[in-house]
Amino acid sequence: MLESLWIVPLLPLLGSAVNGLLGAKWPNKYVTATAITSTGLSFLCAVEAVREFFHSGQALFHKEFFTWITAGSFRAGFDLQMDQLTVVMVLVVTGVGWLIHIYSIGYMAHEGGYYRFFSYLNLFMFFMLILVLAANYALLFVGWEGVGLSSYLLIGFWFLKKSASDAGKKAFIVNRIGDFGFMLGMFLLFRAFGTLDFAQIFAKADLWPKDAMGHLGTLTIACLLLFMGATGKSAQLPLYVWLPDAMEGPTPVSALIHAATMVTAGVYVVARSHILFSHSPTAMLVVAIVGCATAFFAATIGLVQTDIKKVLAYSTVSQLGYMFLACGVGAFTAGIFHLMTHAFFKALLFLAAGSVIHAMGGEQEMPKMGGLGKKIRWTYATMLIATLAIAGIPPFAGFFSKDAILFASLQSKAGGLVLYAVGLLAAVLTAFYMFRLIFLTFSGQPRYEEKKVHVHESPWSMRGPLVVLAILSTVGGWFALPTLYGGADHFANFLGPVFGAREAVQTGAEAAAHQLELILSGVAVVAALVGLAVAYWLYIRNPRKADDLATSMKPAYTTLLNKYYVDEFYAAAVVRPLVWLSTNVFWKAIDVAGIDGTVNGIAHGTSATGDGVRHSQSGNTRSYAVWVVAGAIVVLAMIFFWPSASKIAVGLVR
Amino acid sequence: MVPTNYYVILSAILFGLGVFAFIFKRNVITVFMSIELMLNAVNLAFVAFSQALGKLDGQVFVLFVIVVAAAEAAVGLGIIILIARNRQTLNVERVDLLKL
Repeated sequence: MLESLWIVPLLPLLGSAVNGLLGAKWPNKYVTATAITSTGLSFLCAVEAVREFFHSGQALFHKEFFTWITAGSFRAGFDLQMDQLTVVMVLVVTGVGWLIHIYSIGYMAHEGGYYRFFSYLNLFMFFMLILVLAANYALLFVGWEGVGLSSYLLIGFWFLKKSASDAGKKAFIVNRIGDFGFMLGMFLLFRAFGTLDFAQIFAKADLWPKDAMGHLGTLTIACLLLFMGATGKSAQLPLYVWLPDAMEGPTPVSALIHAATMVTAGVYVVARSHILFSHSPTAMLVVAIVGCATAFFAATIGLVQTDIKKVLAYSTVSQLGYMFLACGVGAFTAGIFHLMTHAFFKALLFLAAGSVIHAMGGEQEMPKMGGLGKKIRWTYATMLIATLAIAGIPPFAGFFSKDAILFASLQSKAGGLVLYAVGLLAAVLTAFYMFRLIFLTFSGQPRYEEKKVHVHESPWSMRGPLVVLAILSTVGGWFALPTLYGGADHFANFLGPVFGAREAVQTGAEAAAHQLELILSGVAVVAALVGLAVAYWLYIRNPRKADDLATSMKPAYTTLLNKYYVDEFYAAAVVRPLVWLSTNVFWKAIDVAGIDGTVNGIAHGTSATGDGVRHSQSGNTRSYAVWVVAGAIVVLAMIFFWPSASKIAVGLVR
Repeated sequence: MVPTNYYVILSAILFGLGVFAFIFKRNVITVFMSIELMLNAVNLAFVAFSQALGKLDGQVFVLFVIVVAAAEAAVGLGIIILIARNRQTLNVERVDLLKL
């Protein structure tokens, strides 16, 4: 299976094509069978490929299937590769993706365009697998753009709703800004190394000297440009604005694309290019600062959102910030670890939120929920597990990964303490807004009209994935369990062949470091518990207190509620000037007056000239004779009085 | 021996008369005759230069012109007869179907 790795991405593409072309006339069960089978088989093939990869014992599997582009010395091929990093990504993408496909059967059962949904979802799987399996930047970029396209299609799935189609466009355009940087980065890498192949670039770059801090060398600029692409795709400051709006899409889409897989592509690219990044302290610092700032910034917005999916969206932005923080301080392992655990618990959170929305008959506003815990126990239990995981409470998955990130950021040489403090503060906020969500949704008294809303537990096709993901969210972090008593971090060891000695932080290597890590773990747990306690105090013990607090801190509250007015700022600073420029300059001045004016002007001029000249055609033979004579006289006169000019004229005629 | 320029001047005068008549006369027959006059003015110039330069080329041209003029007269007169039959007039100003 490893030798024919192309089957793994091809199966979802096949499913997408079959459903897209034939699904319209099929009953839903055929569509379901196609979609589930293709992704399920893809998952099994991936597992088999991974097994063979480990069995073969090689460090990097690389195979060129066919050549896609050749131009001079440039070659971009359909080359796939597999190493430990790919293993993690492929299993997360196919595994979680498959679970979400199963969940979608129940969630989308009553929606129109059922076949369309699954066709898009499979298409997304195809492109995401291309992205993580690609062995060169060009092919990676195909997947990168492809997932953007699928994301656009799925966000705007309910395209009759204006807000949904707008959100799709916003996601597409904001991503394009990032892609601009990504492409420039690729060009620069090609210029510097003459290839886009990962193995070759990294081998060559490894021999380069490190760029000094603050020095904008080739590698630093290339890394910053690649990171610009990552900020677009992974919703970091300042390009995060599309992700919250992307919640307009169906909830399984939010879970798959905007939580578990696609948005982590930026982190994956940074981790994949870790050799380049580790040669540029400046780029690393930028990554760390942007990640850290985003983690905190998004968490503060998440505090006051009332839409259950919006809270999760800002939480995703915040958690992605953690991953970049980890990469930025050189702890790529911790970043990928968090990527994996986050895929589990955030997918679970979204799916559980979808289950809540399903139970409430489409209601997303938390102030209109409450007391659901007793009625939808499965959803409540699984979502609680995910919340404990994201809040960083042991022994759930998020605790280990977040702990590793915070530990690594404290050890970072460049401003480690600040990064750690902000990260820790964001962790408190995370615990707070997540438990706020839980308490508002599942505890307290019902705030909806119980007679109108028939709250019901979801079908097993939805509950099953929830349970599986809950188990994963619980045990997903246990690879790192031995670190608590001074043992090895199995996840770090697993990724060792990829990141190896470049890992800036050697976790749990020394006794002193272990001591420190234990203390930090304690601090992190306390931080999470503080967040939990505040949420409990505000929303369970004194339900009125939250509103009082909001009133007493009105300016801060409204600022947060309006997401720091970033959208408004972008509208004023970018969108409106651009629209004005397009309308008044490009459209009215250049297009209408310039281009249309030239074309129409030539036509009108020709027509007017013809209209004037046609009167010389009198039809009278003698008037023509006059013209002939006049012409002859002019020619004769020229020959007599201006011989030099007439010679030139004769020369021209010859 | 008469100098060549006398012939040329005569030729120019005849040609000018032909042009003048072509432009200002209305009768088709007259117009037709003025064309013949112009052709013959040119013939005269050809012959005069042929004589002056001592070459036969000019005279050959004249023979060609005479042949073409004869053919043209046949076609032209045929057209004139048709015009006279169809329009009951020989006035060229009435024959203006080419007008746009």
